[in-house]
Amino acid sequence: MGSSAPSDGSAYSPYMTGQSDSSIQPVIVLQNLVKFFGRFAALRGITESFAPGRLYVVVGDNGAGKSTLLRVVAGLMQPSQGSVTLLGAGTAREVAHRIGYMGHAPLLYDELDGMENLRYFAGLYGLQDDGIGRDAMRTVGLDPDLERRVGQYSQGMRQRLSLARAVLHNPELMLLDEPFSNVDVHSARDMAAVLGRVRDRGKTIFVVTHQSALMEQVADEFVHMAEGKIVSRERVRQVQMSAGSGAGGER
Amino acid sequence: MKPLSIAFIVFTLALLGFSTYQALFVAPTEQTMGDVQRIFYYHVPSAWVAGVCFFVNFLASVAYILKRNSDADALAAASAEVGVVFCTIVLITGPIWARPVWGIWWTWDARLTTTLVLWLIYVSYLILRHFATGSQTKLLAAVLAIFGFVDVPIVYMSIRWFRTQHPSPVMGGGENSGLDPAMLHAFLWNLLAFTCVGIILVVARYRLQQMENEVEAEHARLALAGGAR
Amino acid sequence: MSAVGVTKSTLLKDLRMEWRSKDAINSMLFFSLLVVVIFSFAFNPTAEQSRLIAGGLIWVAFLFAAVVALNQTWARELRNQVLDAYRVSPAPPNALFLAKVLGNFLFVVVLEALMAPLFVVFYQLRSVGPVWQLVVIALLGTWALVVNGTFFAALSIRTRSREIMLPLILFPISIPALLAMVDATTSILTGESSPDFWIKLLLVYDVIFTAVCLLLFESVLNAE
Repeated sequence: MGSSAPSDGSAYSPYMTGQSDSSIQPVIVLQNLVKFFGRFAALRGITESFAPGRLYVVVGDNGAGKSTLLRVVAGLMQPSQGSVTLLGAGTAREVAHRIGYMGHAPLLYDELDGMENLRYFAGLYGLQDDGIGRDAMRTVGLDPDLERRVGQYSQGMRQRLSLARAVLHNPELMLLDEPFSNVDVHSARDMAAVLGRVRDRGKTIFVVTHQSALMEQVADEFVHMAEGKIVSRERVRQVQMSAGSGAGGER
Repeated sequence: MKPLSIAFIVFTLALLGFSTYQALFVAPTEQTMGDVQRIFYYHVPSAWVAGVCFFVNFLASVAYILKRNSDADALAAASAEVGVVFCTIVLITGPIWARPVWGIWWTWDARLTTTLVLWLIYVSYLILRHFATGSQTKLLAAVLAIFGFVDVPIVYMSIRWFRTQHPSPVMGGGENSGLDPAMLHAFLWNLLAFTCVGIILVVARYRLQQMENEVEAEHARLALAGGAR
Repeated sequence: MSAVGVTKSTLLKDLRMEWRSKDAINSMLFFSLLVVVIFSFAFNPTAEQSRLIAGGLIWVAFLFAAVVALNQTWARELRNQVLDAYRVSPAPPNALFLAKVLGNFLFVVVLEALMAPLFVVFYQLRSVGPVWQLVVIALLGTWALVVNGTFFAALSIRTRSREIMLPLILFPISIPALLAMVDATTSILTGESSPDFWIKLLLVYDVIFTAVCLLLFESVLNAE
């Protein structure tokens, strides 16, 4: 299979949470996951499990299968073979209220403004309180009272709102596909920091990105994909208070 | 090909030859319509085979939606195509029969019109199969097949009622016209022969589809193992 | 939120967006007017003949208008792939379907309400039978077209030549409903026969196909 680290996480030493990993139920378990598009095998048999409360960064070349993996895990596509078990419970559809997904495309209505969009999507999760949407917008650095239609947002604003939509309902597991695409460096760093803080609250985050440098400061683990498989998983050393190895700096 | 299959094909050809002989030479000539009426021996059995094919398509489509079994889909594809072929035969033999007898090419009576609508529904099904992209073609087609089949009795009832309101000539006699026993004989032989032909065509097309599915599956296995694109 | 709540919020959202963009509404209104005018040129409406064919003309015109409305049902959900956001949420698929059907229904009924007076004027129509029955036929018939049309529009998303696929698979299956609508309308306008059987047929058609759509929509929504 090519994974260079044991897949159940048991060899990793206790880290920020101070808990022993092997006693925690994995947040995602993939069992021989295969996905075909016609004759093309986008995912070629992936068996892995992922511990909760971490920020995983999925990297790899174009066509490695990163987006496909995220979509299958999110339940937007059915596996051709194999299975996905989320939060110890089942498929994405069964735990939909505990998962957040952010796609390549904005997943927003251009004709509505920010709060109208969030209000609608919050409703889909059974959340009626406007305060939730307003908080989400503020967290990503947007003004909740802005009545501009999303179609007239800048790219950076749209990405932020898309992120806000994905995490609105406070999901335990977040699946984010290229959240930094077309975003200026400054906003991207802000968003990366936001993700780090969300992870600190105990959430699990998967980020697919080409811009791994942005994530070096906040990532817990880099997951390398190539040709439809996970080829290695690389724990990133994170420095808490002292100046440390390669990554350097404080979080 | 298995010996049983060959035997069945030979048997069917013989049967077809015999039933054609019955239809064209042995059965008595109809009183009012003359020899043209002999088309009846092709027209009605074709309708029967088409109807059975569409019913099989319905069952296979339901099976596919429940089990997602690609063999069920293969059977659905095969039976729809053969059904459309026989339905086309009905729609062609109908006017050929009608023109010399009643002087008109077409009449909107309940049976012929229902056949036309049936034909339209299943042609649209075949077009959907052809035009759908993505891995879910089979599912979408199965869904449409269910709609189509559920619609058929409604179509028939609605046209029946329309015709009681606005009567017009009915092909092949009224609903209650009986059949002379000598003609019944030839009719039943043709019914049997056409059914056998239908079975052979569906099975052949089904096997073809299965083989195509197998080729796809093999390509997929290779892609999985080799990693080549 | 309950299924009903999701249906309501989706419907309101769609209406709000429709109201804001207005380009769809305006072009469809104008299209409906054009259809009535062209039909008047093509089928010369001298008084007696017109009453006989008016039923057919009106419904073919409504059918064209409905297809234009149906074709854009899912267009907004596909832009920005926002449909994925719904699919990923715990909201039930059928709530989305019903919201779309209701939206289309309202829309087409409004178009019909605007086209009908035009037909009356151009064709100098008077109804011999009771007018309330015409309203019942219009509502039942529109639902028949719209419920299947919305469903097939969703089916067509995954096909090439999307715009032609929709009428191509919708029309054959709608034939009994169309026959019912046309003949019932004609029989009410001419007063020659009772449309009761047709009303019953439309009711049965609506119930059966609404049930089939609700049963199968989830599979279609989640098809890739």
